Amino acid sequence: MNRLKTLWHRLGSPRWFFEISAPWAIGATILGLIGIVVGLAWGLAIAPPDYLQGNSFRIMYLHVPAAILSQSCFILMGLAGAVLLIWRMKLADMVVAAAAPIGVVFCVLALVTGAIWGKPTWGTWWVWDARTTSMLVLLFLYFGVMALRQAVPREETAGRAAAILAVVGMVDIPIIKYSVDWWLTLHQPSTFKLTAAPSMPPEMYLPLLISVLGFYAFFAGVLLFGVGNEILGRERRTQWVGELVRSRQS
Amino acid sequence: MTQSGFMYVPSSGRAFVAQMRRDLTIAFKSRGELMNPLMFYVIGISMFPLGVGPGPQRLAEIAPGVLWVLALLSTLLSLDTLFRRDFDDGTLEQLVLNVDPLFVGVLAKVFAHWLVTGLPLTLLSPIAALMLFLPASAVPTLMLTLLLGTPILSLLGAVGAALTVGLKRGGLLLTLIILPLYVPVLILGAGAVMATIDGVDPTAQIAWLGAILALMLTLTPFAAALALRVGLE
Amino acid sequence: MSFSTWHDFLYMGGHYLYVWSAYGIGVVGIVVTLARPLLARRRFYAEQAQRLRRETHSAEAGPNASHSS
Repeated sequence: MNRLKTLWHRLGSPRWFFEISAPWAIGATILGLIGIVVGLAWGLAIAPPDYLQGNSFRIMYLHVPAAILSQSCFILMGLAGAVLLIWRMKLADMVVAAAAPIGVVFCVLALVTGAIWGKPTWGTWWVWDARTTSMLVLLFLYFGVMALRQAVPREETAGRAAAILAVVGMVDIPIIKYSVDWWLTLHQPSTFKLTAAPSMPPEMYLPLLISVLGFYAFFAGVLLFGVGNEILGRERRTQWVGELVRSRQS
Repeated sequence: MTQSGFMYVPSSGRAFVAQMRRDLTIAFKSRGELMNPLMFYVIGISMFPLGVGPGPQRLAEIAPGVLWVLALLSTLLSLDTLFRRDFDDGTLEQLVLNVDPLFVGVLAKVFAHWLVTGLPLTLLSPIAALMLFLPASAVPTLMLTLLLGTPILSLLGAVGAALTVGLKRGGLLLTLIILPLYVPVLILGAGAVMATIDGVDPTAQIAWLGAILALMLTLTPFAAALALRVGLE
Repeated sequence: MSFSTWHDFLYMGGHYLYVWSAYGIGVVGIVVTLARPLLARRRFYAEQAQRLRRETHSAEAGPNASHSS
C-alpha cells in the first residue's frame, strides 16, 4: 500500500516522470513498430484471402486497430481528465494534451480505411451503419475537446475545461453507441456487416491480434514521449531542463 | 429549512426558487428576446418546403427528423442567453461565490431557461408539424419526446455554455462541442416519432429518453457548476 | 505465403487500388504520429539552446538588457 502511495506522490513530480518514462517510451515505440510491421506483413502476404471479400479484407489489419485505438484513446483522455479534476495532478492534463492529436489521427485513419474498404465490399464509399456513425461522432468529440483547449487563453483553465468535456464525452460514448445501434435497427439496413472477429480462422485472426497489440504498444510509447514533451515545455525555465538542454548542445 | 445557531443559512430549496424567480423576471423584461428561439424554429422549419419542394409526401417523410433537428438548433441558439448576460454584468461571479451548493443555482437557471425556450417550443411543435404534414397521429409522440428531450438539451447545453462562457466567439465553439452529445437525443426523439408513423410502439425510445433525462438531471448540474468555476478562475 | 508471385501480391486479386491506397495512408498516419513528437522535441532543444545562449550573452552585456523565452 505504501509503495502505491509513494508512486502516486511521485507522479506529481514532472521531472521524476520524465526520467522514468524515457526508456519506456523508446522501448514501447520500438516494440509497437515491430508488432505493427509483423502484423501488417503477415496480414498482407501470408493470411489467406477471404471467401467473400477476396483480398480487400486485408485492409482490416489497419482499420480495426486504428478504430480500437481511437476509442481507447478517448477513454484514456476521459479518465485522465477525471484525475486532473479530482486530484489536480498536472501530469493528467499533460496526458490529455498529448493523447488528443494521436487519437484524432487514428480516428481519421479508421474512417478513411473504412471507406476504402467499403467501396469494393459494399459498392459505396460511405454507409451510415452503427460503426461508421459512432466513429464519426467520436471524431466530432475529439474536435470539440481540442477546439476548447485551444480557445481558452489560460493554460491551466484550458486544461480543466477540456478535462470536463472529455469526461462528459467519455460518459456519453456508451449512450451514443447504444442509440446509434438502435437507430439502425429502426431503419433496417441491408446486410452490411463487417466480418465479426470470432468467426475468423486463426490464420486470419492471429496477425490481427499482433497488429492490435503492436498499435497499443506504439500508442503507449508515442504517448509517453509526447507527455515528455509537455513536461519539458512547462518546466523549461527550471534548472534540470536547462542542464538537459546544455548537455544536448554538444 | 436549515438554521445554524445565530446565522441564518437559506436552504437549497429557497435558493433554487429565488434564483428561478430572478431569472424568469429578467427574461420577461425583454419579452421580444423571448420570441427569438421560437421564431427561429418556425422560420427554420419553413426553409424546408422552400428548399425541398412543397409536396406533402416528401415533407411528411422528413418531418420527424427536421422537426427534431430544428429543435436542437433552436436550443443551441438560445443557450447563449443562459449565462452570458449574467457574465457580462458580473452577477455570474456573484452566483458562483454566494450560492452554495452551486449546482442548485445552476439547476435553477437551467430550469428557468427551459421554461422560456424548450417548453414553448414543445407547445409550438404541433403548428410546425402541420407545416410539414406530419400525420396527426404522430403529434402527441412528437410533443412527448420534445417534452422529455428539450430539458436534456438544455442540461447538456448548460455544460457547454458554462465551458465557453468567457470566450470570444464562444457561440460557434459551443455548437461544435455540444452537437455530438446531442446525437442520442435526436436519434431517440425522431426515432420515436417515426415509429409512431409506422404503427410501431415507441415506448422503448420514450423510456430511454426518460432514463437519459434522469441521468442528466443528476450529473449535468455538477459538471456545469464545475465548468463555471473553471471558467471564472 | 498466400501469393505465389510478386505480381500476384501487388495485384491483390484486382483490389490493388484499395489495398495499397489504404496501406499507404496507414503508413503515412503512423509516420506522422511518430514524427510529430520527435520533431517537436528536437525543435524544443534547439529553441532552448538559442534562448540560453542569448541570455548568457545579455547577462554579459548588462543587467538591464531585456530578454524573452
